[in-house]
Amino acid sequence: MIHCYKFDDKNIVLDVYSGSIHIVDDVAFKIIQMYEDSTREQIIDEVCPEFGVTEQDVDECLKDIEDLKAAGKLFAPDRYEGIAYDLKKRKWTLKALCLHVAHTCNLNCSYCFAAQGKFHGQRGLMSFETGKRAVDFLIENSGAHKNLDIDFFGGEPLMNWEVVKQIVEYARGIEKDAGKNIRFTLTTNGVNINDDVIDFCNKEMHNVVLSLDGRKEVNDHFRVDMKGNGSYDVIVPKFKKFVEKRGNKSYYMRGTYTHFNTDFVNDIKHMADLGFKELSMEPVVTSPDSPSFLTEEDMPVLMQQYEDLAHEMIKRNREGNGFTFYHYMLDLTCGPCIYKRISGCGAGTEYIAVTQWGDIYPCHQFVGDERMKLGDIYNGFTDHGKDVSYEFAQVNCYTREGCKDCWAKLYCSGGCAANAYHSGGSITDIYDYGCRLFRKRIECALAVRLSDLKDEDIYVSDSDA
Amino acid sequence: MSRIVTINTRDLEKSAKEGGCGECQTSCQSACKTSCGVANQACEKES
Repeated sequence: MIHCYKFDDKNIVLDVYSGSIHIVDDVAFKIIQMYEDSTREQIIDEVCPEFGVTEQDVDECLKDIEDLKAAGKLFAPDRYEGIAYDLKKRKWTLKALCLHVAHTCNLNCSYCFAAQGKFHGQRGLMSFETGKRAVDFLIENSGAHKNLDIDFFGGEPLMNWEVVKQIVEYARGIEKDAGKNIRFTLTTNGVNINDDVIDFCNKEMHNVVLSLDGRKEVNDHFRVDMKGNGSYDVIVPKFKKFVEKRGNKSYYMRGTYTHFNTDFVNDIKHMADLGFKELSMEPVVTSPDSPSFLTEEDMPVLMQQYEDLAHEMIKRNREGNGFTFYHYMLDLTCGPCIYKRISGCGAGTEYIAVTQWGDIYPCHQFVGDERMKLGDIYNGFTDHGKDVSYEFAQVNCYTREGCKDCWAKLYCSGGCAANAYHSGGSITDIYDYGCRLFRKRIECALAVRLSDLKDEDIYVSDSDA
Repeated sequence: MSRIVTINTRDLEKSAKEGGCGECQTSCQSACKTSCGVANQACEKES
């Protein structure tokens, strides 16, 4: 399967099953698209008059295509059905926890999928004992995995800061003997950031995710305190100090865009202009009843926004003032293997969310949904939980009907199970709105990546070398 | 190959033989939390 598209003056051909990418001229672009369903004569009859090229030109191009096909870089067959089948039978072991240390929040963002941190349940803070047991549970069930990840999430995790520190200290004390390397992430709204938080996180947290929606008026539309006051003026100076002191350690400024700021590229640019360089902006996850819900009418606007973002990034990169955008990061040579590309996020199998009481759910987006509860950290998975986990293990981009003919399936691995569940009622569905945005993002991500090619980026075949 | 410039990319078919160690980060553990993308994840296989 191939995917051919144009971005500005570039014709881009993506070979799905080999992962190869080609930049081609107009003649090759046409011939590649005709190749599988046309004879040589049909190609010549159409291409020669359209582009003013000779039969010899066409034959040379066809020869190049044949060579690439023989090298497994174009029209590569799909040989991954077997892997997808094996993955369904694999005995999964845990490697990541989303630790809900605080089911409460000091902001009152009406679009919050976590219902202002309560996750449609009771407010509460995780005790150190529960956190400690969660770390033990992760290690006990992590099998041969060496790298383990724990994300302090909420609600707002800084509302339970002392317990966060205790959990980190506990985990650091046991990871070596357990043969594990634990990486921590903290996701915060920024309100409670202080010097202690900055120093501790910059020492211990592999990554921090800092929530800011962009421009002051956009951020303060939703991200307000309990009295309705906007948070921008409180959090931005703290984020600046945090990032400044972070040195070269990872962070993301992460925003959410909604129906009210479909011009979200202005918010990304605003964050970049504030000096933040690692940026992420996600479409809101909310119900169709919500006024912030992204509509079908918004879609063409969003598509254009992603193109505008690519252009902005290319421009700033050339000016030496670039920034990274989470969804446009593509490591073409050292990216994920085919197993990762098929199996995806690991929700319910490798990745679980643990609530303040120690209950286990497939991921943070299922917390509070009793049908999806897997068990608890004291007694493990219940029989029902094992069934639910089994269902998650069965889902990948080869089992979702909606992914069958999608060229982007090995970039998204079938999409977010929670989005599919909340939009269509089943984790085996796809969330079509999100799929369309995702495909656009990958096209733009590639365009950004291909805008600054160096000699070492170009493939040279053995015969050409 | 004047009309076609091929970019160096990881050979996915080859990765079927050598990959699958599972040491990479869970995608939701980084920045998204509300969508699923794996293309931007780094491979962490020890060579």
